[in-house]
Amino acid sequence: MSKTIVHLGLDPAKISGWDVAQPRMGFFTDTSLCIGCKACEVACKEWNEIPEDGLDWLGISYDNTGSLGASSWRHVAFIEQAVPGGRTDTPSSASALDGSDLRWLMSSDVCKHCTEAGCLDVCPTGSLFRTEFGTVVVQDDICNGCGYCVAACPFGVIERRTGSHGTKNVGLAQKCTLCYDRLVSGMTPACAQACPTESIQFGNLSELRSRARRRVEKLQLDGNRAARLYGDDPNDGIGGAGAMFLLLDQPEVYGLPPNPVVATRELGQMWKQAGIAALTFLIGAAAASIER
Amino acid sequence: MPKNNGVRGEARMVPDASFTSYYGRPVVKAAPWSNDIPAYLFLGGLAGGSSLLAAGADVMHNDELRRAARLTALGAIGGSYLALVHDLGRPSRFFNMLRVAKPTSPMSMGTWIITAYGPAAVLAAASEFTGMIPPGRLSRLVSFANRPAGIAAAMIAPVLSSYTAVLLSDTSTPAWNHGFKEMPFVFVGSSATAAGGMAMIASSVHNAAPARRLAIGGALTELLAIEKMKASMGVVSETLDLGTAGKLIRLSQFLTIFGALGSIVFGRKSRAVSLVSGLALVLGSACTKFGVFEAGQSSARDPKYTVAPQKKSLQDGATHARPKTRWDVLRNPYHRQRSSR
Repeated sequence: MSKTIVHLGLDPAKISGWDVAQPRMGFFTDTSLCIGCKACEVACKEWNEIPEDGLDWLGISYDNTGSLGASSWRHVAFIEQAVPGGRTDTPSSASALDGSDLRWLMSSDVCKHCTEAGCLDVCPTGSLFRTEFGTVVVQDDICNGCGYCVAACPFGVIERRTGSHGTKNVGLAQKCTLCYDRLVSGMTPACAQACPTESIQFGNLSELRSRARRRVEKLQLDGNRAARLYGDDPNDGIGGAGAMFLLLDQPEVYGLPPNPVVATRELGQMWKQAGIAALTFLIGAAAASIER
Repeated sequence: MPKNNGVRGEARMVPDASFTSYYGRPVVKAAPWSNDIPAYLFLGGLAGGSSLLAAGADVMHNDELRRAARLTALGAIGGSYLALVHDLGRPSRFFNMLRVAKPTSPMSMGTWIITAYGPAAVLAAASEFTGMIPPGRLSRLVSFANRPAGIAAAMIAPVLSSYTAVLLSDTSTPAWNHGFKEMPFVFVGSSATAAGGMAMIASSVHNAAPARRLAIGGALTELLAIEKMKASMGVVSETLDLGTAGKLIRLSQFLTIFGALGSIVFGRKSRAVSLVSGLALVLGSACTKFGVFEAGQSSARDPKYTVAPQKKSLQDGATHARPKTRWDVLRNPYHRQRSSR
């Protein structure tokens, strides 16, 4: 038994019972290459027929999407940041403002397709499932819109779609499918296909991981000391992500949780506490009922 | 950004200066749940506590209390079903929850708990109406099932009252997740308070003694457990003190203490005080459930409560090198592979 599991390696698809061998597929988003064009957001919306969800100006930066959600499965974060001490490769007009230098950080965020996926763990209908590619997908015809997955996700990715009656899949939990329909036909997901700088890279997860490690080493050697990988570690709180990132600052700057842990890891202890409380209640109520 | 607000005089885990976020936007998403869900938490608790009280009264031949508690349980479980279904994005697909039984999903487990409890509670309540059922097979079945159904409901009732804490805690919502050790005790305390209070309203002073004892015990448990929960939550405990949640929790504490004192001092003597105290206890219990629910929602909306505790755990080097528990192995064979290497 243990021998086969060793052989499984990092493959959550096999653990979930798939016996058709497919390598685990995922994304490596190298934010050092992102130019903030949002082609990924548009391509994703087009391919997946995602309804329009507000054409608002948020007034925070060049980002008017705001966050991932039921109708935004890719989200380009756009950070305008003062760099104390400064760099020399930004326009001098920026540094003239307050004596510090400005830089722009751009990052295309997406569902992490966690190895230990909170959304999938808590789904009470079996609508969320693990595909043969190791990704996590909602089955629209099964979801009853209970919304539990929304609260369970450590990244705030999945969301229940709101909108007027008749909107596609309104009331159901929606998120990135890693273009499951394209994957089964051997195609690249729409966002990675559309990315003009190869900031979004799609492929075999273990291959992407070694590519990501080479890239971050190179950036660090080039003097970019803050460069780091996010979601690449199988020993983190979600067992490693199926979509990892190369970031140029701390995760929370990009709106990512710095140390996400799937709540299900504590579920055994939670049930234990609930069991003790229930037993206390039973004994207490029995004692209260005794009359002379 | 709210200040420390005197939370037990503890130093802030992470000073504001080092706390960063993406333009103050939330990291995690709040559950898309309306007031249906705290109403469900309250009604489920009220039903559970009432079934326990009813079974005790049944065994002790306290007919008035038994009848009152069984009817309360019937009304409360009916209401909680309605609230639960109404809150779904697609209410017509409620039955999809009955196509699986998933140990990793507290909502799936909860669905089966109420599916087991509901018929037992209904059957127990139905036996209060045997006089109204025309004699025949149905009436014989109902009177035969009387005590067994009541006992069955009472056996499931404690879990019905406490599982809802697991339902909330097994999420990335900071105020619910961080309070997982104590929240089941807050919830069973609150259930006992509600059921005791309601039975004090619905039955005479003479027959309500077990209800008073249950309510007083529940009130004490609830008040102590919520303080202990706040002490274990670090910076996230602020969310139980601030805003709407803070108001609800303070109101709950006032009502619960008022109701408990009223029942201790005048419960045996005055029907009027019993009514007022019972009402205060029921409302206090509802405020607790709505307050805990609100605290969670506000903790999810403010990135501070997600980022600060996680930064702290990174500084402490806590979670990455977390020892694997038996649960991990059961849940995910992947861990077995890692440890056997």
